[in-house]
Amino acid sequence: MRISREEVQRIALLARLELTSVEEAELIQHFDKMLTYVEKLNQLNTDGVEPTAHAVAVPSPLREDRVTNQADTNALLQNAPAREANFFKVPKIIE
Amino acid sequence: MALYSLTLHDATDLLRTRQLSAQELTRSVLERIRTTDAQTHSYLTVCETLALSQAEAADRILAAGGATPPLCGIPIAVKDVILTKGIRSTAGSKILEHFVPPYDATVTRRLREAGAVIIGKVNCDEFAMGSSTENSAFLPSRNPWELTRVPGGSSGGSATAVAADQALAALGTDTGGSIRLPSSFCGVVGLKPTYGRVSRFGVVAYASSLDQVGPFAKDVRDCALMLQAIAGHDPQDSTSINTPVPEYQARLNQGVRGLKIGIPKEYFVEGMQPAVEAAVRQAVAEFAALGAQPVPISLPHTEYAIATYYLIATAEASSNLARYDGMKYGYRAPQTEGLVETYRRTRAQGFGDEVKRRIMLGTYVLSAGYYDAYYLKAQKVRTLIRRDFLKAFGDCDVIATPVAPTTAFRLGEKTADPLIMYLSDIFTIAVNLAGLPGLSVPCGFDENDMPIGVQLIGKPFGEDVLLQAAYAYEQTTPWHTRKPPL
Repeated sequence: MRISREEVQRIALLARLELTSVEEAELIQHFDKMLTYVEKLNQLNTDGVEPTAHAVAVPSPLREDRVTNQADTNALLQNAPAREANFFKVPKIIE
Repeated sequence: MALYSLTLHDATDLLRTRQLSAQELTRSVLERIRTTDAQTHSYLTVCETLALSQAEAADRILAAGGATPPLCGIPIAVKDVILTKGIRSTAGSKILEHFVPPYDATVTRRLREAGAVIIGKVNCDEFAMGSSTENSAFLPSRNPWELTRVPGGSSGGSATAVAADQALAALGTDTGGSIRLPSSFCGVVGLKPTYGRVSRFGVVAYASSLDQVGPFAKDVRDCALMLQAIAGHDPQDSTSINTPVPEYQARLNQGVRGLKIGIPKEYFVEGMQPAVEAAVRQAVAEFAALGAQPVPISLPHTEYAIATYYLIATAEASSNLARYDGMKYGYRAPQTEGLVETYRRTRAQGFGDEVKRRIMLGTYVLSAGYYDAYYLKAQKVRTLIRRDFLKAFGDCDVIATPVAPTTAFRLGEKTADPLIMYLSDIFTIAVNLAGLPGLSVPCGFDENDMPIGVQLIGKPFGEDVLLQAAYAYEQTTPWHTRKPPL
C-alpha cells in the first residue's frame, strides 16, 4: 500500500473531514490505485517546462476600491445555520 | 406538434409573430415535466409559479412590439451549480440542500436580461464531480433514450431536460467533459466554450482553472443563440477575457469548404465501441463530402490527460470546497463539541463519497512533501498537453474526435470503481486542460438506439468556427431530429 492508515488520518484532519474506519480503508485502496495511475506522468521528462496554472494567462485586473453592493444583512443571514440578531452564531473558537 | 418539442429558434419566430404566447409555451413545458420527469429525474426544483410570472412578463414585452430581447419567453433549465437568486441552488449536495442564493450568477442575470423563463434547476453530480449523475446526493437522472442507462455527467439533468423536451435549452458546466459527455449520451448539442469566454461569477466552483459554463440545445442554431446570450467579459470574474463576441448566428451558413479538420490518431484507440468509431469516421467523411479537408494530426500527450486532470482538479477542489464549513450557510452538524469537530462532522455528513475522495486526494497532493511530485508535475504536463493542441492547430482549423469511447452505460455499471468512471472522460478532458472550446453534435446511433456524438475542438475563441462546422454537418444529417421514446 502506498499510504498508511495514519497518513489517511493526517490528511483527513488537514481536510477537516471525519472518517469512519470503513471509509479510511476504502481511501487507502483508492489512493493506492490513483497514485499508481498518476505515476505514468513520471515517464515524461518535464525539465525546463514551465507549469501552467491557467490555460489563458490574464494579468490580475485592478479596480477602484469603492462599495458597489448594498449591505443586505437579512438576506445574507437567511442561509445561516444559526443566528442571533444580526450575527452568525458559531461554536466557541477559543478553547 | 406539441409546443414543448419546438426548437428555441422556431419558438422565437412563433412568439414574435404572436402565433404563440410565452405562457402557452411555458405551460406546455411544465406539463411535459409533470408527465415525464418521474422517469428521467431531470429536475431538482421546478419553478412553476416564478416561471409563469416570467412568461407573463415576456408576453407583455412581446405584445408591446418593437425590439424584444433575444430569448424572450423561452423556458430554460439551469444546472444546480449555477446560482439563481431566490431559487434553491444545491449543487447536487446535501451540504447545500436548503441554500437559497441571495444573488444571481452572471449567466443567470444574462438569461433574465435576455427575457428567458427560468423553468427550474436541473440535477447534476455533487459539485459537478462525476460522469453519470449517479453522484447526485438526491437521485440519479436517467437517460431518456433508455431509462436503465445513465445520461452522462456531470450536467446530466441539463442533457435529459433538453433531450426529453422538458426545456427548450439548458445551461450546464464543463470541467472535464461535463457538458459534452451528457450531450453525446443524450443526443443533443452541447458546447464548452473557451476558458474565459463565459463568466464563472456565481457558479459553484469545482476546479477553477478548468470550469466553464455552456449551453445544451436541441440543434446547432439554438446552441449559437444560447452562447450569444451568455458570452462576454464580466468584471466580476477576473478570469473572464475581454475580447469581442462574434455574431454566432450570422456565421452559421458559411459552410466548411476548405476547412482543415484534424483527425488525431490518439483518439481512435483499441477498446472503443465499434459503432462509435464507425459513426465518427462517417461524420468525418460527411465533412469531406461538404468540402472540408481531413488531415491526420497527432496529440502525443493525450494518454497523460486523465492523470494530469485528477491531480489538478482535485487540488483545486480541495481548496475550493474548504469554504463549506457550516458557519455562514449550508448544513451544520448538530451536537458537536469544539470548532474542529464541528467542521469535520459537518463535512463528513454534508459531502458524499466521491466529493470526499477528491478532497482527500487534492489535500494530499498539495500537502508538504508531495507538492512538487504531484501537483507541480501535473502543471508541467498540462503545458505539454496545451502545446500539442497549439502545434496541431498549425496544420488544421478544427479537430474532430469521438466524445466518449462508448455510448451511455448502465446505471451502476461503473460505480464500483472510481477510476473506471474517470476514464469515461478520456476524450474530453484534455480540452479543459488546454482551455479550448469543444462542441458535441449528434452523429448517429448504436445497435441499441443509443445516441453517439462527435466532438469538434476549436482554437481559443473559435466557437464561431465550431458552430459553423456543426451547422453545416447538421443540415445534411437527420440525427438531431430524432426524439427519445418517452
